Amino acid sequence: MVPKSPVHNHTPGKLPLRERALRKAFLQRIHDIPGGEKLHRCIQCGTCSGSCPVSWAMDLMPRELIAHFRAGDIESILHSRTIWLCASCYACTERCPQGIRVTDIIYSLKRLAIDSNITLEHDGAHKLPQIFVDIINKYGRNHELGLMMRYYLRTNPLQLLRMASLGLAMMKRRRITFAPPRVEKALKDIRTIIAHAERLEVPKEIFSPEYRPDTVGYRAIDKVSSRSSKSPSTTE
Amino acid sequence: MTYAYYPGCSLESSSRMYDSSLREVFRCLDLELVELEDWNCCGATAYFSVKETVSLAVSARNLALAERAELDIVAPCSSCFTILLKTHHMLEGNTELSDKINEALGAVNLSYKGNVRVRHPLEVLVNDVGLEKIRDAVKVPLDGFAIAPYYGCQIARGESSFDDSEDPVFMDRLFSTLGARLVYFPHKVRCCGGMLMYTWEDIAVRLVADLMRCAQENGAHLILTTCPMCHANLDLHLEHVRKVYPEAKPTSTYFFTQLLGLALGIPAEKLGFDLNYIPIDQRLKDLIQRTTEVTHA
Repeated sequence: MVPKSPVHNHTPGKLPLRERALRKAFLQRIHDIPGGEKLHRCIQCGTCSGSCPVSWAMDLMPRELIAHFRAGDIESILHSRTIWLCASCYACTERCPQGIRVTDIIYSLKRLAIDSNITLEHDGAHKLPQIFVDIINKYGRNHELGLMMRYYLRTNPLQLLRMASLGLAMMKRRRITFAPPRVEKALKDIRTIIAHAERLEVPKEIFSPEYRPDTVGYRAIDKVSSRSSKSPSTTE
Repeated sequence: MTYAYYPGCSLESSSRMYDSSLREVFRCLDLELVELEDWNCCGATAYFSVKETVSLAVSARNLALAERAELDIVAPCSSCFTILLKTHHMLEGNTELSDKINEALGAVNLSYKGNVRVRHPLEVLVNDVGLEKIRDAVKVPLDGFAIAPYYGCQIARGESSFDDSEDPVFMDRLFSTLGARLVYFPHKVRCCGGMLMYTWEDIAVRLVADLMRCAQENGAHLILTTCPMCHANLDLHLEHVRKVYPEAKPTSTYFFTQLLGLALGIPAEKLGFDLNYIPIDQRLKDLIQRTTEVTHA
């Protein structure tokens, strides 16, 4: 179930502070995707939901993500299983008649959820990518065994037992490497790049102190599409 | 022809037969692969879900290395291929972002100007080598083999434009050239669930079951794939799949380069056919036997 959003308790046209902060952060992330502003073209046809191989397991259909954004209710989206269920197969993006980059938008929503500490209550799916990042930052390459071990230890240690026989079979075939990967000379370079890029990362939260009605729906996106404006979220 | 080779993390361990068979096939067809020195993870779908700029910078380092070598980059893993291509296009379409990434790369005296072509080995084989030349190189035709060509969700979608996104045909064309029979397989580009197999197993298992059912009911002897993730999901989880699809037969899934290598007369032990979890079936054993006879004759 999608938790009831704070938006529902507010005067139409006025957004709670938290929602406005999330909205600004979201629009900034969309701004980075080439063609991201096409989001405003959505005609709510549902081709994305119909093409998605896992929409049957979602609490919000892909189409509804955009509907909720327009309704000024990003927080519900960030609480949904939907964004973490997306396996990034690009079927929705490929088929969208309006050229909306749905998969990339869902990626931005995942990042926004992590940055604003909104995580799933009963599932650990959001932890996997973060463990992956830790491994890459440490070794420069993925370590499959390490990723699985850490993920199951943090979410469902019993699963390790269930996987034991499979693990043994993989070991026999030398399809599991015990030692973490070694990037010979360049590990220092990779870490330097990561450290530098870290500083240039999209800011985590953009907070504005005063309370005023924020734009909801199509108009919010129109501001982003004019690339000239420095801050995509200034209210007129 | 020479290419920069980007194996990717999976090809170092769980999919090492993809790596060895690809190298063998390329050598056999006189294509040179120069492995990028000290390549790093492309970031995959996971890094991109956590940090945008950092994941693009990490991925762009590989492109920068290939650019310095003035070579096209060959990425066999679907995820690596998609992410490298995506990085290339995102930097091309957004100068602000490109400046940021180059600033980060500049810290180690690298830069990416956008001159690298990201290629998938399937496309290299069909476009650069050509089906004619491959047909001439065939030692053991795959007569009578019924194949379900499974492209996986990523290589024909996103920024990739070499094949049709709804009904890709490159693998079909390649293997009909080798004499195989391609079965009706409408799930060609349907998602295997990817990492959902670890995060939401009960959901991913249904996707895999659909794929297996589709291949099995259309009479495929085996499934061919281009992606380490698809291979793992189809090969390793048969017991779980049987919970939702009890009739699932053990249909083997191989990398397309493994079967191609066999047709080209490369000895089976170099192609890693014994590394699958699902045991090798009799028909394939016979084919391997024929290859051994041909190569030793």
